[in-house]
Amino acid sequence: MTVSKTPRYYPAEDIKPAKKTHLVKQNPPRLRKSITPGTVLIILAGRFRGKRVVFLKALESGLLLVSGPFKINGVPLRRVNQAYVIATSTTVDVSGVNVKHIDDVYFGRSKDPSKAEGEDVFFEGDAPKAAIVSDERKEDQKKVDEVLLKAVAAVPMLEGYLAAHFTLTSNDKPHLMKF
Amino acid sequence: MVSARSPRLHVDGAILGYKRALRTQNTNISLIKIKGVDSTQDAAFYLGKRVAFVTKNSSGKFCVNWGKVVRSHGSNGVVRCTFARNLPPQAMGGRVRVMLYPSHV
Repeated sequence: MTVSKTPRYYPAEDIKPAKKTHLVKQNPPRLRKSITPGTVLIILAGRFRGKRVVFLKALESGLLLVSGPFKINGVPLRRVNQAYVIATSTTVDVSGVNVKHIDDVYFGRSKDPSKAEGEDVFFEGDAPKAAIVSDERKEDQKKVDEVLLKAVAAVPMLEGYLAAHFTLTSNDKPHLMKF
Repeated sequence: MVSARSPRLHVDGAILGYKRALRTQNTNISLIKIKGVDSTQDAAFYLGKRVAFVTKNSSGKFCVNWGKVVRSHGSNGVVRCTFARNLPPQAMGGRVRVMLYPSHV
C-alpha cells in the first residue's frame, strides 16, 4: 500500500484541466456535377461579373481555378467561388492544359517586407497603386493560354462567345433559362 | 455587336410590404414580388439568393441593405425576404435587386 503525500508546492488557485475541444474537420464544398474541367462558367459577381470563363480545375480549398483566356476577355488565372458562378453546358477541351503546379498557396498573399513602415502608409494618401503582376504569373498565364486558345479556336464562334458579356435583358427569366 | 457596358446580373423585384395578418405585421420579414415569377415552382429558383435594397444617402453615396430570399410566400411566386436592417415602410412599392448568387446551377 502506497501513501501519497501532498506535494510541497501546489498552485494557490485551482487550475481547471483543459477542456477537450472536439475539432470538427471542415471539408471544402463539393463540386457541382455541372462543373467539369473545360466547362464555360459565367461569373456573377466581383470584378469580372458577366464574363464567360473556362474552368480549369478545382483547388483544395474548394475554389475554382479559372482562366479567361486572358487575351479573349481579360480574365487571368484566377480563383472563383463556386457559389458565384453559373455553369453552362458549353465545354472546351482542356486535356492539354497543365495546371498541376497551381494551388491555393500560389494565390496566397505575399508579405511584402518593404511595406513594413506603418507611418509611410498614412502619409501616402489615396493614390491607387497599380497591380503588380509577378513574372511567374505572366509566364503561367502564357503557357496555359497557349493551349487554351488553340482549343477555343477549334470550336466555331467560341472565341466571340467567351469575349461577350452575359447579361439579362427585359423578358429574360433566369428561372426558366437553360444554361 | 454592342454589348452592355455593365451587364445586368440581377432580377428586379418590388417590395409589397411586410409579412402580416389583417391587423398585425411582422416587420422583420418583407414580401417581395420578383419580376416574371408567378408560381411557387418558379420561386424555388430564387430561394437563398441575395437581395439588395439600394438607396442614396444624404451625401449622395449609394448604400446597400443586403438581405436574402428566405422562402416562398403563397402560391403566386411572392417571396419572403429578411434583410440586415429591416426595410423601412417608405420602401413599400419600391425596387429591390434579386441577385443570381449563391448559384446552384
